[in-house]
Amino acid sequence: MCRIGAIKSLNYVHPCQALKLMQSQQKGHDNSGFAMVMHDLGGIFEAYKDMPTLSMACTDEGVKIAEDILHEAGFQRVMQWVPETSDQPGLDIIAMPNYVFETFDYPRQYRNADQKAKEDLLVDMRLILRKALEKDELGFVYSFWPDVITLKEIGDPRDIGTYFNLWEPDKNFTARVITAQCRQNTNYDIVRYAAHPFFLQGYTALANGENTFYLKNVEFQRKLHRGYIGFESDSQCFLYSLHYVHHELGWPLSYFKHVITPLPFEDIEHREDKEQLLAIRQSLAHLEINGPNTIIGVLPDNTMFTCCDAKKLRPVVVGRTEDTVVISSEVCGINEILPDRDWETDIYPHEREVVAIDNNLEVQRWRQ
Amino acid sequence: METMRVQNVTPNDLPWKIKYDASRCTLCGSCVAACSFRAIEAKVERRRMVFSEGDFPEPKQRFSAVPVIRQVKNIKNYCRGCGICEKVCPNDAIGPERNPDTRHPIITRCLGGDSIKRGGRKNLESATRTLDKIRVGRISQMTDPSLDAQRHTFDLLAPFGRIMPPKKLPLGVGPEGLLQTEANMPPVRWIYPVIIGDMSIGALSWRMWEAVAMATAYLNEECGLPVRMCSGEGGVPVRLLKSRYLKYMILQIASGHFGWNRIIKAMPHMVEDPAGILIKIGQGAKPGDGGLLMAQKVAEHIQAIRGVPKADLLSPPNHQGLYSIEESVQKMFLSFNAAFKFRVPVAIKVAASATSVSVFNNLVRDPYNIVGGFFLDGIDGGTGAAHEVSLDHTGHPIVSKLRDCYLAAVAQGRQGQIPLWAAGGLGKTGDLAADAFKMIALGANGVFTGKLILQMAGCVGNDQGRCNACNTGLCPVGITTQEGPLVHRLDPEKVAQNIVNYFLAMDTEFKKLMAPIGNSSLPVGRSDALVSTDQSVADKLQLQYVC
Repeated sequence: MCRIGAIKSLNYVHPCQALKLMQSQQKGHDNSGFAMVMHDLGGIFEAYKDMPTLSMACTDEGVKIAEDILHEAGFQRVMQWVPETSDQPGLDIIAMPNYVFETFDYPRQYRNADQKAKEDLLVDMRLILRKALEKDELGFVYSFWPDVITLKEIGDPRDIGTYFNLWEPDKNFTARVITAQCRQNTNYDIVRYAAHPFFLQGYTALANGENTFYLKNVEFQRKLHRGYIGFESDSQCFLYSLHYVHHELGWPLSYFKHVITPLPFEDIEHREDKEQLLAIRQSLAHLEINGPNTIIGVLPDNTMFTCCDAKKLRPVVVGRTEDTVVISSEVCGINEILPDRDWETDIYPHEREVVAIDNNLEVQRWRQ
Repeated sequence: METMRVQNVTPNDLPWKIKYDASRCTLCGSCVAACSFRAIEAKVERRRMVFSEGDFPEPKQRFSAVPVIRQVKNIKNYCRGCGICEKVCPNDAIGPERNPDTRHPIITRCLGGDSIKRGGRKNLESATRTLDKIRVGRISQMTDPSLDAQRHTFDLLAPFGRIMPPKKLPLGVGPEGLLQTEANMPPVRWIYPVIIGDMSIGALSWRMWEAVAMATAYLNEECGLPVRMCSGEGGVPVRLLKSRYLKYMILQIASGHFGWNRIIKAMPHMVEDPAGILIKIGQGAKPGDGGLLMAQKVAEHIQAIRGVPKADLLSPPNHQGLYSIEESVQKMFLSFNAAFKFRVPVAIKVAASATSVSVFNNLVRDPYNIVGGFFLDGIDGGTGAAHEVSLDHTGHPIVSKLRDCYLAAVAQGRQGQIPLWAAGGLGKTGDLAADAFKMIALGANGVFTGKLILQMAGCVGNDQGRCNACNTGLCPVGITTQEGPLVHRLDPEKVAQNIVNYFLAMDTEFKKLMAPIGNSSLPVGRSDALVSTDQSVADKLQLQYVC
């Protein structure tokens, strides 16, 4: 089973906090990997918030291919950060030769382009890179987006932390939003892409659960957007549905919940917005999820949220202090990094609510 | 000496032989009175008896005339094997026996010079049904828990009506962040995933049709199951048209347009909209053939409802005046949508065919968004009357065709936009919940059923040639006849009760199938929940093969 966690803070936070959050829950996951997505970056990336950063794990040949493609498309590298690794003997990690975090300036013709054109360009570039590096596993392109960094690795999360020197906090590598998860896709083949959090166009999602409507979701999503690919994990469906509802249809976040876990018909019948809810349920029937799930998501504006399946079959808890909110599968994770908080204000979301945290750390609870 | 005539029909030529035990018979006459086909009669036989009266054997013989029951030997009044004689006999003295040496298919054609007609379903022996080679094999275990069929709630509803592609939904975000409707949307009704199939008043006796309508109303009003009944092509009693129960009825129009004169006249007086309109293009049991109501069944009340004289009522094989799919969409769908002011979903029913996917594609791409359902009827469907050659030899099985249509929609990202409803032999083994559930997992939104409803009412027919006499108007159990004495054999309240109970049982069984796969709403298209024990079935339907 997965354990998932997320930190959102007014201050920049180092990934060691995410490691600690997950480490205390390690009896609940199987220590088979570590993956995280960082939004709203601090440290050395703080000055480049408007420019896309490429997060990639690859071979030497992969680096060259990717850089050539980007240069040819007109992207110009403005910054590069290579994590210092300490490859000690005995570490449980199946590392790739290179970890690339490079920030680029947009091609000249895009510098004054509108937001949508830039967003489309970045997705298309990531898809091109992913395809180019797919053969012989030359590399894995996790994200290419402004103010976002993704790291995914196979192995024991503790050892992955050691390998990347993530246990020691520093000020160079930080973010205000970090989502993390410690398990590879052990139900099926180990594929690097299959570890959540998943990322697309500013949206991040990770989940603890089993989406039994996976096939229905996949068959429908494949035709909805060119970026809906991979499907290495059933949890990717949550990301794509989130992206579709919020980005493509332009509906408020609260409707994501109505799409994935629609109200029972007899409840809809008594609602004032019955007409809209039925229309949603009808037209997006194939994005409904089933089975036990807890989802954590991050929107492009760095709003963070969590919600559960319609029967609340998986746990989640939200804990907070003045300057930090933490979402975690188990409360022990929050105890670890927010030991002095008032635990009486912890929120255990129920099956019909969305808990959303905005950039002022205001926590809103929306009842479906 | 007179030679025997080998061409004479004898019981040995007929499909059923009457087995009669004179020693048990009390000559009460019940069997003869009850046989609606006049296939048995009272006769007198000359019997020789040898006896001895003295102390020593002195054999004498005596001839006497003895009344007995005998089988009628002609192709009009032949025994259909319905077994009503056996049912009414107090002494187990009589009953039909299947005759494996029957020459019926040959002599009937030779003597009648006409094709054989009958009711029922395809009677040819076939291998194990495809659905019986499929199991619900993806059981929730450790990673996702099974649900509890008793404790959890389930959403067992299916859409009837055109469903808009998500990007075409006329929804805009209002000032408070709530979605608002900015234009009209096609009507969609969420109904129980099993529709009581289209059997007309005329094909059915008035008691039977009324019993089904009663059961439908009861299921809705008392049991909370929004089951819909399709009228069939034969009109609807005016009292029902003007009642609030009309909302549970799907009105059917077929190529004969029977009954629509009255329906249209009743429209200004309707207090509720009907549940939907179903345009019948074809029927699975006799594809390419129209309706066939023999004159025997066109009783006075049928003449009144349909506005016809007593004559064979043949619906043409196709809708006169429709030459293409595009035209049908424009003409029929638009006129019916308009007739009910775009408040009532309009769907189409076709016989499954090698070309079904093309027809479906054409409809699913229609730019007007007005086709509210694609009802696909397979070869194992039943009928009140058809030519036997059509029943046995024409048509297309439903399972793979339904799957093909669903996958065609998936390939275009249009699944669910025109709800798929399937029928044709579903529930043939008596277990409709399992069949319907498997069809739903293969991509159907719901199923419709007709023959099984008759069986709930007491129909004694089966797919091995028993009875199958719906066309004659002599239904021995009062279901498909308009003869008063026969109709009165049927207790409509008992029939309604049976139907209601069957649906309640089926509802429980649906939950017992949904719970182990961990789904609380219908798993439409969740073919990963199914496995097949047959490699070719698995390949064709894109399921996991297991052994």
